[in-house]
Amino acid sequence: MRRGISAAAAAAALALAVSACGGQDTPTPSAAPAKSADASAVSGEVTWWDTSDATNEGPVFQDLIKDFQAKYPKIKVNYVNVPFADAQNKFKTAAQSGSGAPDVLRAEVGWVAEFASLGYLAPLEGTPALDKPEDFLASPASSGKYNGKTYAVPQVTDTLGLLYNKELLKKAGHDAPPKTFQELKQVALDVKSKAGADGLALNVDAYFLLPFIYGEGGDLLDVASKKITVASPQSTAGVKIVEDLITSGAAAKPAIQDSYTNAETAFKEGKVAMIFNGPWSNTDNLGGKVFKDKPDNFGIAPVPSGSAKAGSPTGGHDYAVYAGSKNLDASYLFVQFMDSAESQAKVAGKLGLLPARQSAYAMPDAQANDMIAKWKEPMASAVERPWIPEGGQLFQPLLEGYQKIAAGQKGTDAALQDVAKAYQGILKGWSL
Amino acid sequence: MTTQVVDGTAAGAPSRGRARRPRREGGAGRFLARHWYAWAMCAPVVIVTLVLIGYPLVRGLYLSLTDATEANMGRTIGMNVIPSTYEFVGLSNYADIVTSSEFLSRLGWTVTWTVVCVALHYGIGLGLALLLNRPMRLRSLYRMLLVLPWAVPAFVSAFIWRYLLNGEFGVVNAMLRAAGLAGVDWLDDPLWAKASVIAVNVWLGVPFMMLALLGGLQAIPRELYEAAEVDGATPWQRFRHITLPGLRPVSSTVVLLGTIWTFNQFPVIFLVTRGGPGGSSEILVTYAYRQAFEGIRNYSGSAAWGVLILVLLIVLAVVYRRALRRQGEAW
Repeated sequence: MRRGISAAAAAAALALAVSACGGQDTPTPSAAPAKSADASAVSGEVTWWDTSDATNEGPVFQDLIKDFQAKYPKIKVNYVNVPFADAQNKFKTAAQSGSGAPDVLRAEVGWVAEFASLGYLAPLEGTPALDKPEDFLASPASSGKYNGKTYAVPQVTDTLGLLYNKELLKKAGHDAPPKTFQELKQVALDVKSKAGADGLALNVDAYFLLPFIYGEGGDLLDVASKKITVASPQSTAGVKIVEDLITSGAAAKPAIQDSYTNAETAFKEGKVAMIFNGPWSNTDNLGGKVFKDKPDNFGIAPVPSGSAKAGSPTGGHDYAVYAGSKNLDASYLFVQFMDSAESQAKVAGKLGLLPARQSAYAMPDAQANDMIAKWKEPMASAVERPWIPEGGQLFQPLLEGYQKIAAGQKGTDAALQDVAKAYQGILKGWSL
Repeated sequence: MTTQVVDGTAAGAPSRGRARRPRREGGAGRFLARHWYAWAMCAPVVIVTLVLIGYPLVRGLYLSLTDATEANMGRTIGMNVIPSTYEFVGLSNYADIVTSSEFLSRLGWTVTWTVVCVALHYGIGLGLALLLNRPMRLRSLYRMLLVLPWAVPAFVSAFIWRYLLNGEFGVVNAMLRAAGLAGVDWLDDPLWAKASVIAVNVWLGVPFMMLALLGGLQAIPRELYEAAEVDGATPWQRFRHITLPGLRPVSSTVVLLGTIWTFNQFPVIFLVTRGGPGGSSEILVTYAYRQAFEGIRNYSGSAAWGVLILVLLIVLAVVYRRALRRQGEAW
């Protein structure tokens, strides 16, 4: 948490002092020419699995690839867009069998520890791929480390924020978005009674439960002491806030199937005033009925705080290189190019995705997109997730518990006890 | 060409003669010698079956007796070498599954799901088959329309149903609301979710039953009905004593097939409710799938689930066959 704040603060400070950045690179230029002399001799084929949205985001990355090919004509890049939902399993199957795996993968931050623990990823220390690591924001960069080695470098970072419909909030008599969970409930109830819309749409998904758990000072796990804390008093208090939002009617009765899409649709149609979502939904939201012609109506705020703090999970994507790649050198160069501050700034400018490099925030390319500045504040409350190989298995039990709470089948306490029990089955040797 | 043939018989004759003289080579040798041609013709099928079914089955059985996961199976990927550290653990995977609280509740729902689905498949399929077996106008058009659900790939239908049944924006609830009724939580309430997946599976499975039973109905000689009518049998008596017994050869097969398919009906559950809400509509196969493909893959655990499902179905098939044989069925 503290690291997240300091990283974002550093990013903000750097944004103010662009000119000062020039001097920072003094040690690297001496190394860079030598590297690029080698680099121009590297040839080969690099297959990249991109998991970004194929229609909105893919073309921007393909433009970057064109620039890469212009710089390294001897390296051929095969761009493959793999749907995000399938990519994890597809990569694991291919990586393990040793055939059909890509050389470079865009991996979600939560996948890296698992892939690295299974031996699928190449360590990046001492390769061009790990370029200026001190420039990375601390929290996203930590997702690429496993057992003291770096297996991936962050491409974009994100977190959840509170997105709101300014007009609806104003109708309900609120000029500012809610800052605490109590205010969230009050504003939501006011919208319901005065603005003729629902106050808040919840997405019944484990990831979207985290701001409430963090807000009350809880977490899923305490990695340092190997403790399962999902059913701790703090975590329970957080989930109880969600239960109260549902039972009090402040949140609309949440859909359980297609929960994300239903919440998004309701928000875009103006049927609900507030939702929790991340920067990846910018383009989607701005295309909605109530924001299309009035982009100023679209508000972004940090997640409300609980009794302990305001906290939302760190998300994003990393570049990782497959250990079994036949073209490691070319792959490292590809990652270096795609993950440079310039490339990140270009992506940020065109898509509003948040760069994982501090210096990229200061670049004009990135500053051209006002979404980047708007997400800076929510990003300050990003909390590091447990980067452990079992990380990917933690969501399903919590999702089932959340679904039971949302459907009124089980109370928070009982549901979280079940989740903790399921975690004990996944994490051998951890205590409750 | 001709010399080759001569060579062949010349070489074959003495060996056959030798086999005949001392009876040392026994039955197996003679059997092979006599049927080698048949064996040679079967070989491709036998080999393909062994490779595609036999090997994975044996491998699965073996893995289910170990503690193998994605993390402890040896492999070398580029610079990373991971040693094999999995061990033989006997039946402990099976013991874990059978003693888990999850197993009995999953099995209970899987059996309910199978029985209800197959009963509805058969009942509705038979009803439609009877309707369509009598002469009427546009009969072939009706038949074609009723077969349609079967012609659409199951996953496509499953997705369409998922959208139709969406609580907030689905067509079904929109129609209910237009009629002045309250919408129903088709997929969000545990009980309704179960009813919904059964409805979707019935919609998918009826055409097959209808077609199979229609074929069976057409094979029943018309004279039997005529004779019964002359004897003054009521329609119910004709149905009970001619149609049902006449359909039995077809019914027994399709019911067994339907049971096995429904028991393992993965796409409907996985795509319509994803096992939710809160795991309430999860059947054994979808649960086993999650074991295998979620997080670090648990090869041994999921293999044990697979073997257990296989055993359950084998037991069912054997009991069913016995029951049929007792009733005088030939197969």
